[in-house]
Amino acid sequence: MSSSEPKLDRRSFFRASLGAVGGLAALAAALEPLKDFDRSDLTLDQFLQKHYKEMNAEDMQKVLDRIEKEVEKRYDVRPEIRDVKPRDGVEFVYALNLGACIGCRRCVHACVAENNQSRDPEIQYIRVLEMPRGSIDIEEGNHHYERPKVPSPDHFYMPIQCQQCENPPCVKVCPVEATWQEPDGLTVIDYDWCIGCRYCEAACPYWARRFNFTEPSIPKDDLNPNMSYLSNRPRKQGVMEKCHFCLHRTREGRMPACLEVCPVGARKFGNIRDPESEVSKILKNKHVFVLKQEVGTHPRFFYYFDEDYGPAIHGEGR
Amino acid sequence: MREYIRFLGRCFALSFIGDWRYRLWMLILTGIALVGLHSWSEQLVHGLITTGMTDQVSWGLYIANFTFLVGVAAAAAMMVIPVYIYHREELHDLVIFGELLAVAAIIMCLLFVTVDLGRPDRFMHILWRFNFPISMLAWDVIVLNVYLLLNLHICGYLIWCVYRKKKPSRAFYIPFVFIASVWAISIHTVTAFLYVGLGGRPFWNAAIIAPRFIASAFAAGPAIMILTLQVIRHYTKIKVLPGALAMLRRIVTVSLAINMFLLGSELFTEFYTQSAHVVSAKYLYFGLEGYSALVPWIWVSVFLDSLALLILFTPGARTVRWLNISCAAMIVGIWIEKGMGLIIPGFVPTPLGEIVEYKPTLNETLICLGIWAFGALIYTILVRVTVPVLTGRLTFDKDLPMDVADSPEPALIEKESLT
Repeated sequence: MSSSEPKLDRRSFFRASLGAVGGLAALAAALEPLKDFDRSDLTLDQFLQKHYKEMNAEDMQKVLDRIEKEVEKRYDVRPEIRDVKPRDGVEFVYALNLGACIGCRRCVHACVAENNQSRDPEIQYIRVLEMPRGSIDIEEGNHHYERPKVPSPDHFYMPIQCQQCENPPCVKVCPVEATWQEPDGLTVIDYDWCIGCRYCEAACPYWARRFNFTEPSIPKDDLNPNMSYLSNRPRKQGVMEKCHFCLHRTREGRMPACLEVCPVGARKFGNIRDPESEVSKILKNKHVFVLKQEVGTHPRFFYYFDEDYGPAIHGEGR
Repeated sequence: MREYIRFLGRCFALSFIGDWRYRLWMLILTGIALVGLHSWSEQLVHGLITTGMTDQVSWGLYIANFTFLVGVAAAAAMMVIPVYIYHREELHDLVIFGELLAVAAIIMCLLFVTVDLGRPDRFMHILWRFNFPISMLAWDVIVLNVYLLLNLHICGYLIWCVYRKKKPSRAFYIPFVFIASVWAISIHTVTAFLYVGLGGRPFWNAAIIAPRFIASAFAAGPAIMILTLQVIRHYTKIKVLPGALAMLRRIVTVSLAINMFLLGSELFTEFYTQSAHVVSAKYLYFGLEGYSALVPWIWVSVFLDSLALLILFTPGARTVRWLNISCAAMIVGIWIEKGMGLIIPGFVPTPLGEIVEYKPTLNETLICLGIWAFGALIYTILVRVTVPVLTGRLTFDKDLPMDVADSPEPALIEKESLT
């Protein structure tokens, strides 16, 4: 303050100090909940970590080491974590036989176990709709059917998960490029880059994306230690996640967990660029359809009805 | 430079000076803002589970308020257009209060987006990998921040010049005034496109949303200005000519009428066609399968908007009191319609046909109130500092005016010294 300002006498100085102290105390009281903040998540390493696409092999190794330590500390399990890259000449496609699916939801739970989703609150990537026969309008589906025995004879069942669109709206809208499409067609998320704005969740026409509204919790014994950076490593509070066709398995030649567990062989998965693959044959020979064709997303997830198809070639092409 | 720092210091000191009503007002606002900060701290620790949002309804009150306030910010600067294009001089001296409102509104917008983020600690990622020009959110970040800077520059420059008793150089602010008024339309259009661009959400995926945004903003924004200017007129020596309110009244009337017309067009398309699109609108206006949380709200909004329009069109109600009732009604009406009434039905039912309702929690409501209080606090301080400068009571060579009440008669503001 300059000399032209009113002089500070003792009384006004006292009052100003009192005000300042009171203000600071109120501010401290307002910030009080932050003392419970989990600071392990706010390290300099994480703050300075680069975007997935900007990391070289060495950077990635450091990050993987860090995640390994974090997971071990938290779950007492030493994970085997790696960064599995896409393979050349591969484009993954899913096909689902609605005629075979019995609505048992085993795929839903196998997915949760494989991909280390939070169990409380439980996050599921697959939603199975129970549809009345005579309609394929998903608005008619029942999301919360509970039956002692499935399938119900009056219904068929439609599992829906990420459709791995060729033209994914979620990728378009992300302001920070935390989600993108890989060369093998999988749309992935860098969980360490996502800012949690949930714009992608609003953009997805298939309701395939999930948000970690709180810190995920997984019982130590249930953790799947076989993990990769872009797929099933444990997530943190405040980031998005979704189905990635089990890329840590499928990029190494295995099948997705949801397919493996399916008791009726309704799920088919493979490389569409290989004309001999099962999915190629299905797409060539069956009447397949995609969900919400009108929104122009070009899903890589196809549905078809084939009542007698299941047993006939079940087991082939695995 | 030293003079500028001293200016900021004096502004800071000035914001603490006032009569008891001013102090009480500031104390209450600070208190609410701190309660909001406390709630945000809770949310930072436990995550967005402290809100009513879910995977089904993944945006709520925060984004609703954000959308409304973008409109307020846009419209506040639109007072410039009648002044400079139609040369309506009665608004000339008051434009700066609109621009200050824009500053406060944009700051509130940015806060609402920040509290909506799951990982605000990673906000810097927007600088390292910015999905521009593909993501509409990236556009929004740019247009909002530039708009904030434009308005800060215009207001700051003018106030600084008056404070220094210098004549503002037109080259330093007139071009920015024009850019800002065009930019005002852009912030609201881009914010509308944020929703309009989503093909998976038919309720938003309609070309009429952006024009409706603009129309409703030009009603709600000037309505807020009408009320604010009267408060300023009542408590300060700033002169608000009757013509100014009349001019704003005209803007508000036309905008509200257009807004209602566009709303009617939208409702006709939805309900007459009865295509699959209509479910969200049905949920909003009539409820769906027994879920009807928004129904009373939207009808209150329709009622308030219609009431406001009716008052504005009634020849016998051309008094300031009726104008104020009408403005208050339309501000609340548009806040409901463009906030909750636009955002929530976009999520109900979900793209897979599931119906989950959204109910804000106490914690997120407190955060919203906190941000509103903080915005009001900022606006009050901005006006508190601006008024004595404009009336010539605070200049670089004068003492701080210690009291609002017993001040000498202020000099009339020179026309040229303002926007």
